[in-house]
Parts: sequence; structure tokens; C-alpha cells
Amino acid sequence: MDNRWKRQRNLLWAAVVAIGVLPLLTRNVNLQHVLILFVMYAGLGEAWNIVTGLAGQTSFGHSAFFGIGAYAAAVAYWKYGASPWIGMAVGSFAAAALAFVISYPVFRLEGKYFSIATLAFGEIMMQLFKSWDYVDGATGIIIPVAPASLVNFQFHGEKIPYFYIVFAMFILALAAFVAVERSRFGMYLKAIKNNQDAAMSLGINPAKYKLLAMVSSAALTALFGSFYAQYILYIDPFMVFSLDLSLKIVLLTVLGGLGSVWGPILGAALLIPLSEYTRIALGGTGKGIDLMVFGLLIMIVTSFQPKGIIGLLGKRQPNLKGGASKDASTAA
Amino acid sequence: MLFLLPQMVASGLMLGFVYALVAVGLSLIWGVMDIINFAYGEFLMLGMYSTFWFFTLFRMDPLLSLPIQAMVVFMIGFLVYKLLIKRVVDVPGLSALLATFGLRIFFRNLAQFLWTPNYRFINESFVADKRVFLFDGALILGMPQLVAGIGSILMTLAVFYFVQRTRMGRAIQATSMDKEAARLMGIDTEKVYSFTFGLAGACVGVAAALLASFYPIYPESGSIFGLIALVIVALGGFGNIRGALYSGVIIGLTESIGGFFLGAEFKYALIFLIYLIVMQVRPKGLFGW
Repeated sequence: MDNRWKRQRNLLWAAVVAIGVLPLLTRNVNLQHVLILFVMYAGLGEAWNIVTGLAGQTSFGHSAFFGIGAYAAAVAYWKYGASPWIGMAVGSFAAAALAFVISYPVFRLEGKYFSIATLAFGEIMMQLFKSWDYVDGATGIIIPVAPASLVNFQFHGEKIPYFYIVFAMFILALAAFVAVERSRFGMYLKAIKNNQDAAMSLGINPAKYKLLAMVSSAALTALFGSFYAQYILYIDPFMVFSLDLSLKIVLLTVLGGLGSVWGPILGAALLIPLSEYTRIALGGTGKGIDLMVFGLLIMIVTSFQPKGIIGLLGKRQPNLKGGASKDASTAA
Repeated sequence: MLFLLPQMVASGLMLGFVYALVAVGLSLIWGVMDIINFAYGEFLMLGMYSTFWFFTLFRMDPLLSLPIQAMVVFMIGFLVYKLLIKRVVDVPGLSALLATFGLRIFFRNLAQFLWTPNYRFINESFVADKRVFLFDGALILGMPQLVAGIGSILMTLAVFYFVQRTRMGRAIQATSMDKEAARLMGIDTEKVYSFTFGLAGACVGVAAALLASFYPIYPESGSIFGLIALVIVALGGFGNIRGALYSGVIIGLTESIGGFFLGAEFKYALIFLIYLIVMQVRPKGLFGW
């Protein structure tokens, strides 16, 4: 098992370095943009994977944390002229605090009742931000343009700095996932996922560990929200709190392989170029052809490769008995 | 303000019956196939567009075309099952749910592509702009809302009758209790699945025809109904269609009464909040076990 982990670790390092070099190899702005979104979604997937892949609690509400991060960074500069980085820290902390508060009520529910509760939580956040005058409600926030600098978190036309910021966040999320997975904490989460009652009988406190998983996942997710706000420079509640965003994270992780560190990377590598290039090729007419094609592709991929890409490759996680297909069955 | 309470209760009830009808269909799919259908609100949206086009092209009043809409959306549900859901229905995990997510994006943008994102209205229906005064004017209800509420509860009761009294309905019940046992008893579960999807479609088809005369029709008009229906089904306990009816009424009343006291912009937040609160007391749904 140790050998397998070493091989796994080397492979991961190779993949991370390869991803990190990619944007330097091209001057194509579209491609750099796709790489930025790929890394962002892969990171979001890793964060989500902690709660759902490891602890087996399927969350449909992660856009709530993403949105909080996005709004915190935007409000910091737009309202107070403070650096978005301060906003990001506040947002991440706020998301963690909120995860802490809602964890107690939602984790009392199991299975689909839990999933619908997270969905309800995400919708509540959207509805509240939609009617909250302080953040201009449904109008959203246009983040004022500032001189390009790291402190201002704005680089205007330059894509490379954005890439390396989100890449650093991605590595953080990836490292967090691996660290959790390989720790005693990760073992507890898997025990809870496989059989909560049995885990309890062994002295594991499910509420405590699920809460920890949720809080760390939320804090990480918020970071990407802050990044997104600074990258796009415009946010509104329908964008950053949308159910579609939450489900996109679910989709790419499950597509890649739920509960595996590779899942979000593979899923995002397939899905994000598909979605962005159909948008570049077919979007712009405002008629939604690009999203029609995207929806169609989702249906094709899910119905022909229901076990995830990782099932296709036959890869298995060293710590997971039974591989990706079994994980998927217990997580539903 | 309290003298308005009967008014709020009445309009909440009417709304609740519509929610109940939409939720009952979703609950059937959930009970029989164990699938969360994220494209369900989009079925409703397609039904509303179909109602709109029957009205605009053939001058057919929504109430007249109601049976047609039930059949149209029945066919949509049936075809969705045959072309998509069939491939993922027995796959463990989230595949089926994600397939319906793809379908949701597809339907929504198909509608936008074909019919633009603009709002459309049916303003000259039989029921338009009429009001009903009850108890010497103590209670005033919009005719479209009243007809929608009554129509929905009738359709809901018809679905209950169908599920409990007919052969097909009993096959649906048996399949939702135990798929394997049902198969062993000679029930064609494949047929039950496709029919259930169609029947759920028929429920929203009826709801669509009833809603179309007072609700704006646009590519996302079904979205909030789909989400609220998910919450209602969970609130009632999965697969429990009676629970879906009662929860639908509770949610309708919550929206109407809560929206009045807290402000209309918070009515949806309140609905989702009620779910979180009630589930603390009944973690398996109000009527679950």
C-alpha cells in the first residue's frame, strides 16, 4: 500500500507540474482562459469531494460558499476600497462560520433529505442576497477597475497572473483533500460514509467529523468564489449562488470519479473545455445554442459512462476498497 | 391585518393545490425509480409553452386544451424515459440525477433558442380578469387562481384514485415498494417506469395549462416550481404521494401568509427555511417513517 501511495504521489506531482506549465506554452488568450476555469473547477471539485467523496454526504449547496467568497472580495473593494485579499480572507472565514452554523441542523438529516437541505440552504442564500440592498440585490456588483497589481487582485488583460493565483488555490485544495484522505480524520470520514452506526459504535463521533469536513470544504470553496469575482469583475446572486453552479461541481467530480483525488481533475479536464469551447464556437448569438449542446453532451456522457472516467481507466484509489463505482453507490 | 387572514388562507390553499399536483408527479418518479429529477420544472415550462401555442395558433383556450397538454407532456415524459432515463435508471450513484441536470440545461436553452427569453402571456382566456366574491365579498379570489387550485386538487385526487384502484396503479405501487419482488410477480417494471414518467408528465401538463392563464411563460418559468416541488416531496417523505399533497398545501400557505407578513421578496427563502426547520423535528419528512 505504501508503494502504491508513492506511485500515486509521483503521478500527482507530475500532473500538477504539467498543469502548471501549460499556460506558458501558449499565447492564445482563449486557451489560457479555459485553463484558468479548468483549474478553478478542479479545485472546487477537490473541496466538494471532501464532504461528498470522503464523508459520503452529497451536497447540492456549495454555491452558497462560493457566493459568499465572491461577495466578500467584491464588497471589500467596492464598498471600502480595501484589498480583495482581505475580502477573500473574511469571505473564507464567513463561509467556514456559516458551514459551522448550518452543519448541526443539516447533518441531522440523512441521504437525500440531507442533499435537499443543502439545496434549500443554497437557495435561501440566493434569495437573501437578491433582496439585500447593502450588496445592491439583484442588480449585482460591478467591481471598479483598479490599477493592475497583486494587491488590487486585478491584472486587466493579463491571464497568467490570474492563472497562477487560482493554481495556488487549486494546489491548496488538492493538498487539503490528500491530507484529509490519508489522515486518521479521513479514515473516520470513510467509516462514517460506509456505515455511520458502526462508526459510532467504534467511538467515532460522526457529527464532529462531518462538521470538520464541511467547514474545511466551505472555507476552500469560498476562496475560489473570491477569485472568480476578481477574474470576471462582475457578480450577481443568480450567477454565484446558482444551483447550476453547485450541480456543475457535482457533475465534474462524479464524472471524473467520486472520492478520488483524480476525479475533479479528470472531470474538469473533460467538461470545462467542452463547455467553454462550445460557448466560444456557438455562443454570442444569445440564443443558447452553446448551452443546448452542453446539456446534450452531459446527457450523453452520463448515460454512456455512468461510472466516471476513473472507472474507464480502471484506476483505483489505494485507500478505497471497491473503487469508484462502489463509492458512487453509497454516496447517493 | 388579521381580517385579511381568511383571504391569505384561501389564496394559499389554491396555490398549495397547484404545488401539490406538481409535487405528486415528482414524488411518483422518486418513489418508483429513486431518481431526483432536476428537469421536472422544465417539463412544466414546456407544457406552458405548448398551452401558449395552442392558444396563439388555434385560439384554443387553456382550459379547453388542458387534456391535450396532459397528453403532450405525458409524451415528453415517456420519451425522456425511453431515450435517456432508461440508460441510467438502474445505475447506482448520481448518474441519473446528473443526466436530468443535463436535460434541464438542454430544455431551458432549447426553449430560449426556439421562442426567445421574452415573457409571454395568455391574456384573453375564459378566466382572465374575473374575480369571485364569496361570503358577501368577504373573500375575493382571482378566477384563474381559483380554477387552477380546484383543477389541481381534482387532478391530484384522480392520480390517487388511479394509483390505488387500477391495475397499472397497483403495479406502480408494487414497484416502488420492491422492484425485485414486483419483477418476480410478473410486473413489467420497464413498462411501469416509462408509464410513471409519462404520468408525472401528465401531472405537470395539467398544472401547466392551469398556470398558463395567469403566469408569465418564459424559459425559466418552471424552474422555481421544480425546486419547490423537490422540497415538498422531501418534506412529505420520499415516495409518499399523500405526504406530497399535504406538504404542498403547507408550502402554499407558508408562501401566501409568510409572504404577506415578511414581504413578498422573502417568500421563497421562507419556504426553504420551513423545510430546514420542520426536518429538525421530523428528519424523514412529515409523513415519512
